[in-house]
Amino acid sequence: MSIQSSRSENGAEMVITIKGRFDFSSHQQFRGAYESFDGPCKSYRVDMSETTYLDSSALGMLLLLRDYAGGDDAQVAIVNCNNDVRKILTISNFEQLFAVS
Amino acid sequence: MLTSHTDDQTLESGSPEPQPLSLTLLIADDSSSDRLILKAIVQAQGHRFIEAIDGEDAVAKFVQGKPDIVLLDAIMPRLDGFEAARQIKQLAGEDNVPIIFLTALNDAESLAKCVSVGGDDFLSKPYNPIILQAKIKAFDRMRRMHKTLQRQRDQISESNKQLLREQYVAKSVFDNVAHRGCLEARNIRYLISPLSIFNGDVLLACQKPSGDLHILLGDFTGHGLSAAIGAMPLAELFYGMTAKGYSLRNIVSELNQKLTFILPDGFFCCACLLALKFELNEIETWMGGLPDSFLLRGDQLLRVKSNHLPLGILKTESFDPSTYLLEMNRGDRFYMWSDGIVETTNSDGSFYGDERLAALVSQHISADDLFARIKQDVLDFSGDSKPTDDLTMLELTMMSEQELGITKPAQALATRRGPKRWELTYRLQDDSLANFDPVPLLLQMIVEVPGLRRHSGQVFTIISELYNNALDHGVLGLESALKSSPDGFARYYQVREERCQQLCEGYIHIHITHADDGKGGLLRLRFEDSGAGFDYQAKLAAIDAVTSAGVSAAANNYSGRGLSLLKNLCTRMEFEGVGNIIEVDFEWCG
Repeated sequence: MSIQSSRSENGAEMVITIKGRFDFSSHQQFRGAYESFDGPCKSYRVDMSETTYLDSSALGMLLLLRDYAGGDDAQVAIVNCNNDVRKILTISNFEQLFAVS
Repeated sequence: MLTSHTDDQTLESGSPEPQPLSLTLLIADDSSSDRLILKAIVQAQGHRFIEAIDGEDAVAKFVQGKPDIVLLDAIMPRLDGFEAARQIKQLAGEDNVPIIFLTALNDAESLAKCVSVGGDDFLSKPYNPIILQAKIKAFDRMRRMHKTLQRQRDQISESNKQLLREQYVAKSVFDNVAHRGCLEARNIRYLISPLSIFNGDVLLACQKPSGDLHILLGDFTGHGLSAAIGAMPLAELFYGMTAKGYSLRNIVSELNQKLTFILPDGFFCCACLLALKFELNEIETWMGGLPDSFLLRGDQLLRVKSNHLPLGILKTESFDPSTYLLEMNRGDRFYMWSDGIVETTNSDGSFYGDERLAALVSQHISADDLFARIKQDVLDFSGDSKPTDDLTMLELTMMSEQELGITKPAQALATRRGPKRWELTYRLQDDSLANFDPVPLLLQMIVEVPGLRRHSGQVFTIISELYNNALDHGVLGLESALKSSPDGFARYYQVREERCQQLCEGYIHIHITHADDGKGGLLRLRFEDSGAGFDYQAKLAAIDAVTSAGVSAAANNYSGRGLSLLKNLCTRMEFEGVGNIIEVDFEWCG
């Protein structure tokens, strides 16, 4: 599992890429990835193209990110999900909180 | 891992010198004064005392009081001592209850009768306290020894039953993993005992995607389970790598590395690997530690010698995977065998031997029934001294790939291979819980089922939820409510870390079963933890409430999603005990 993040040049958007398993063991790394001294970005994109597995603590972490990014006003997109990951997000109704694609 | 329970350390051994201890004695005598004397003697020696006034009373008191030793007067009213002894012995069954006759009779015949009806000894009146005490001691010793023997016998018989059950299970697991592959192809004849797994012989055949046929004959050192255990990874690697198209060289290197790693020192596997190349009219061989194989090319007998050490001995750096290539034309045959053939002995104890084998083959070199002849000759040779059941032998004939009759099914077999019905119990205990994450391991076991591989994401989520719930909320006793704020979320994992470090006892017991009906399957997972459980009814009701309230309620919390995920992914979710046991079913199809 590895998590990488990068900010766009104007600092408006951050892309977080999660590789492999996304579970509780990544919580510090994940939090470290989205929190920054400059405060929250305008929008976030979580790239799950290489995320193999997801569990409920990962869902909790996505909610942490959402709240950090502004709660109901947050713009967080979860992109490139595989079918399994998508299914977990759907079951948890996360499509109503995040733009999932 | 299979364990045998015949370890003799588990058998209790009788202590050589019994501790002086209070016994219960039944004393039947119609004379009250005699009873009084005996009572005084045995009570002075610290034993308990049951009185009976005649034979019938003695039998009744025996049933009631379960005495350790019985003292019977021979002549009594209603039922005499002889008949009472007979009945008591019968009632005692296989327990040893010593009976000592008390008798004023002195003639040899009467004394002999005491023993013939089941009495163990006799004591003549007047009673001598020292002799009586010595006899009680001696019989107590015998009684204890008998008890120890009974217990040991029961333990041995139970262990043996257990061992047979385990062998049966092991056999069925093995058959799923190390099925015979495409040994039924038309160019193969083979001989192997149906229980060969327990004599350590393995015979596997599988077609490569290119059409070449790979064959492995293996002979593990030793017999029984220890020999069988190595066969499973061997078969799995062989089938897996062949189906993926690896070369013989690569496969033999992997097999060696694997076996060197898993087998204890002194255990290894003699093996012959073949690749039959239909297009090139060639056979490629790697032989380690087996008797010479024969290639019958036309009317020539060519020996293929074993030029390598068996598998499982050399480290990868010094292992030599080089193979031989031999020309093999249509109709040519290749014979290989484990040492069971040449080491078959006759009644004089002499070996069948390699020369005899070579002579027989040379004599009938073009006979179509050569395989049957060899088998018959070995059986005839062994005569009355039955051959051991590890006569493993294979004949391979070169023909065109189209004639094998395996093209389609073998391909399908290669992709469908994998366990269908199995169960797994895994128990993680004490500080291992904190140090080891079994989820990847369990997932790997589960996705060995080809049909489940496509659902690995869901299966991962299920096991991960089950395991984390059992560990966090069960064993570690963490409240998920802690996770209600961003800082709490981090704090939760900090507390978790601390408790993990302090964890010294607890367990998570995992039981997984899988059954496949051809169209789909049912994966059942049962997790039990050593925690205090929780009010699962309230929790389940809360989940239902959240589900109907929709997402707004769910979004308020960073946690508490695990159980509803489980509920959604599984067709059944049930709690047992105080909530420390959960069982879920995952059904898949196609």
